[in-house]
Amino acid sequence: MTDTSPDSAASAFSEWREGVAELAPAMIAAMPLALLYGAIAAGKGLSPFAVALSSGLVFAGGAQLAAIEMWTSPVPVAGIILSTVLINARYVLMAASLAPKVGHMPIWARLLGFHVLADENWALAERRAAARRLTLAYFLGAGAVFWVNWVFFSWLGAIVGPLIGDPRRFGADFAFTAIFIGLVAGFVTTRRHVAVVVASAAAATLVHQMLGSPWHVLAGAFAGMAMAVVVWRPEAEAVA
Amino acid sequence: MSMDTTTLLAILGMAIGTYACRLTGLMVGARLALTGRAKAALDAIPPAVSVAGAITILAAMRLPLLGVILTGVVSVVVLRALAG
Repeated sequence: MTDTSPDSAASAFSEWREGVAELAPAMIAAMPLALLYGAIAAGKGLSPFAVALSSGLVFAGGAQLAAIEMWTSPVPVAGIILSTVLINARYVLMAASLAPKVGHMPIWARLLGFHVLADENWALAERRAAARRLTLAYFLGAGAVFWVNWVFFSWLGAIVGPLIGDPRRFGADFAFTAIFIGLVAGFVTTRRHVAVVVASAAAATLVHQMLGSPWHVLAGAFAGMAMAVVVWRPEAEAVA
Repeated sequence: MSMDTTTLLAILGMAIGTYACRLTGLMVGARLALTGRAKAALDAIPPAVSVAGAITILAAMRLPLLGVILTGVVSVVVLRALAG
């Protein structure tokens, strides 16, 4: 580990443990979604192995759920890939924002870590990086556990899915939204951040009404960025 | 462990498309040394991307994360029951 102090093994372990603990609510929230994904996929004829493979290689819950809803026979391969890329285009922005904060990590760690970069662990990494140096153990360690969690529960969903029924009737599908609202609240520390969130929410809502998913994600991102440019003041640089 | 070609093709396509998005951001972001307004725009990405429903936003301002999730899940169950 190049990025830890002399007592690297002990501090790496405590960094990893902190990362996993902070990610725990997101992992619990991901379980019903993964089960739901696996169950629907199995219902559409995918084997548990194919379900686990897709979760392991794609690792993007929203895009996977959207893809599995589109899954018919024959499989509309091009449509599914296009939808996936559109939904995940936000990762370009998210990864670009996080990239400077992982510059001190070895290249293999960045390549692996960014493969397991999902909304929740990305937001936690951003929050962590705002306060202190982001370590490999925290970023990649927690990401790896999140990945195993997602792959395992989607595989399990493909096996036990037909027995559970629809998790949506428990409101379980809202858990991710709730987590994200909590994370947003953690980012809002100044009145300028409030302006960013309001602009982003307004644009996302409007575009969702007019064009529908997944365009609202990008609209919200760009509206928030535009607002940040508008409300920017030179003196805020030192504070922020 | 049999899987038909179209299934495999769709999964691989999704995987490549998604990783390309993450990798593009990683490469572009590492090369940017931004200041001023451009930096403000990049710093706005975390909150701006993280936009979702409004029902638990008030609770989110003062409750810990697990409280927010509980509030949100309970609200959805109650509202769906009321909306029938």
